[in-house]
Amino acid sequence: MRNFVSVILCLWAGVLVAAELEDRQMFHGEDGVTLRVLSSTDTDIFAPILEGFIARNPSVSVDYAVAGSADIVTLIAECGDCFDVVISSAMDLQLKLANDGLARRLPGLAQQGGSQWRQSVFGFTLEPATVVLNRAAFKGRPLPSTRQELIEALRANPEHFRGRLGTYDVRLSGLGYLFATQDARASETFWRLMEVFGNLDAQLYCCSGDMIDDLASGELFVAYNVLGSYASTRPETLDTVTIITPEDFATTMMRTALVLDSTDVGGAAEAMVSYLTSGAWAAQDRPGFPLPSIGDADAQVLNVVSLDPGLLVYLDRLKRELFLEAWSSALLR
Amino acid sequence: MRRSATSLRRRLTWTLIGGATLLAVLFFLVVRTYAQQIAQQSQDRILEASLTSLMDAAVVRDGEIEVDVPYAAFAMLDTAADDRVFYAVHQGDALLTGYDGLAEGPFDPAVGLDFQTQAFGGAEVRRATLTRALPAGPAPVLLTVSVAQTRDSLAGTLWAISVNAALFGGAFFVLASGMALWTSRSTVRPLSQMAEAVARRGPRDLRPVVRPVPTELSPLVTSLNSLMTRLSASLTQSETFIAEAAHRVRTPLATVRTHAEATLMRVDKDENRAALRSMIRAIDESSRAAGQLLDHAMVTFRGDQLERRQIDLVGICRELVDRLTPVAEMKDLELVLIAEGPVEVQGDPILIQNAVRNLIDNALKYSPPEGVVRIEVQRDPVAIVVCDEGGGFPAEQMAELSQRFQRGANAGDTVGSGLGLTIAQDVAEAHGGRLGLANLDEGGACATLYL
Repeated sequence: MRNFVSVILCLWAGVLVAAELEDRQMFHGEDGVTLRVLSSTDTDIFAPILEGFIARNPSVSVDYAVAGSADIVTLIAECGDCFDVVISSAMDLQLKLANDGLARRLPGLAQQGGSQWRQSVFGFTLEPATVVLNRAAFKGRPLPSTRQELIEALRANPEHFRGRLGTYDVRLSGLGYLFATQDARASETFWRLMEVFGNLDAQLYCCSGDMIDDLASGELFVAYNVLGSYASTRPETLDTVTIITPEDFATTMMRTALVLDSTDVGGAAEAMVSYLTSGAWAAQDRPGFPLPSIGDADAQVLNVVSLDPGLLVYLDRLKRELFLEAWSSALLR
Repeated sequence: MRRSATSLRRRLTWTLIGGATLLAVLFFLVVRTYAQQIAQQSQDRILEASLTSLMDAAVVRDGEIEVDVPYAAFAMLDTAADDRVFYAVHQGDALLTGYDGLAEGPFDPAVGLDFQTQAFGGAEVRRATLTRALPAGPAPVLLTVSVAQTRDSLAGTLWAISVNAALFGGAFFVLASGMALWTSRSTVRPLSQMAEAVARRGPRDLRPVVRPVPTELSPLVTSLNSLMTRLSASLTQSETFIAEAAHRVRTPLATVRTHAEATLMRVDKDENRAALRSMIRAIDESSRAAGQLLDHAMVTFRGDQLERRQIDLVGICRELVDRLTPVAEMKDLELVLIAEGPVEVQGDPILIQNAVRNLIDNALKYSPPEGVVRIEVQRDPVAIVVCDEGGGFPAEQMAELSQRFQRGANAGDTVGSGLGLTIAQDVAEAHGGRLGLANLDEGGACATLYL
């Protein structure tokens, strides 16, 4: 079987030269159909969910491919029928796939209004963007609980934090772009914070994982707009970092799944989405599991990004240019 | 009989139901069309608002158009059915941003706000397009903004309204049909009630209809009443005429008979005597017929306005037997009254006396000499039976015998007018009873006057 997977991987490599797949693994069921999932979530985090799915649907094998949320759009555009299910944290890009008619409608799935769009895009987690701090760097200092307090803390000791700040490079990360644009919508404080970050030579990252690694090693003192859920993946990290959900507002995204309209295994694909949205995976007793189910979180204190056509606005070419221009002038100087 | 014309009630019902159907369908169509217009208008207004906010966000910088799309421009297009949203911004005829192929140039600012329903992205969309000339340097720049939205929510709204309109229309139809049935029934009811009331009347009841009737029916009732009044007057007139005529004939006949009898005493020649006897016989017959006509007219008159009194049937019969015994003896007949105690009923004594006399007359006439005529007063049921020992009623004619001027086939040369049984029957019916005729096995016949 391992050989078979290798052959497949080679074939894929041949087809998708510019695919930029970060990872690709096969999760085997007993026999039957293979469901091809394209996801922005790292394999090691998602593996327990996939295993739970296969346990319930033994006749389905899952071919799990990982790519950056922005790359997912490119991959779909290049090869629309190479995948069956798309799972991504970039809600706006998922909504655009559905708006452009690439997603299949699944009227059979019962899902409450706010966490789905057009019965095609289904949210199944609620994950706030958080500020993660290196605990040692804040020894003897009060921990900031809002963006304003963070700005004040940084301004009070600029030299201590210079070069030790990190955030998403929104030009590369779809999720980073979503968080940044939603922050900008919500408050002007975002821009002031970005100016402070720019002044203090902030580092730019592609992914939450890398930022958390650097925080744990002491390379970074502050990381802004990190998925707090990722920080709690590794118990050893929790000794060195503190995860703060900003009290002024916490931009919260839903991880969403959709079934591509071109799929040949609609039944298995719908079963996957149904499994994800049912929250059955979250009910398993796994302490420290990174993905909070949509049912778990107290959504009222969170500023949840709503699934509506407004998400298309920042995907507009001109709007994106304007936003990146403003972002660059604040951060890159 | 004329072929019956279509039923008024059925015609009324179907007209009303047809009207209700027409109204229900019309209601459905009007509501649906109106709802469609309203829904389309509201979608157009939102598209217009979205388009305007996009248009307002456009500025010209160095000859290039820059559009800072407001978040609300698309967020406001969120619908219950999560409709897909498309947009396009053109500078001149070139696509600046948005979906290619949504709108095609050339664009003209003179057109103004333009709404189109078209196919795009595999769905039917409603598109709003506006072109504006923005001042920029020497020549103005043409900016065209298009915003489009699928029509799922619209279709959903329309479907919901259509279902409701259909339900309302259906309910209206059912209600209206029920009312149509009720209305037609209640409209026709006075007519059928009147028909029933007239049909229930006795054969001689020619009183005018006095019950209240709907205005539309009153000309008919007035004509009917006037017809009945004339008919009644003419009947009364002819009855009066007959009675008058009979009376006038009887008196001279009596005089003639007296003369004939006196003459019979005086002539000796056998053939003359025979001629005189047959003359007296003819006079008797005429006199009797006149008497019965008088009786009949009286029965008809008194029967119409029956005057009920407490009377004793036995008393009446005894008086009659006493009176008629001399007549019977002349024919060598015996009258026997069988009765116990008084039998009292409510009735008109003159009529009953008349009826019984006619029955006894008949019995005397048809009895052979030396016979007995039995008159029996029964108590339960109250009846007077008159039996003779004659030849009996011809069986096949029994039903017709009580009709006016009808005589039995065996009447032969017996004197009679055929009115006797008719009078008895009329009296019985006026008292709510009937006349029963029966032949006896041992010979003879019985007429029973049930009261």
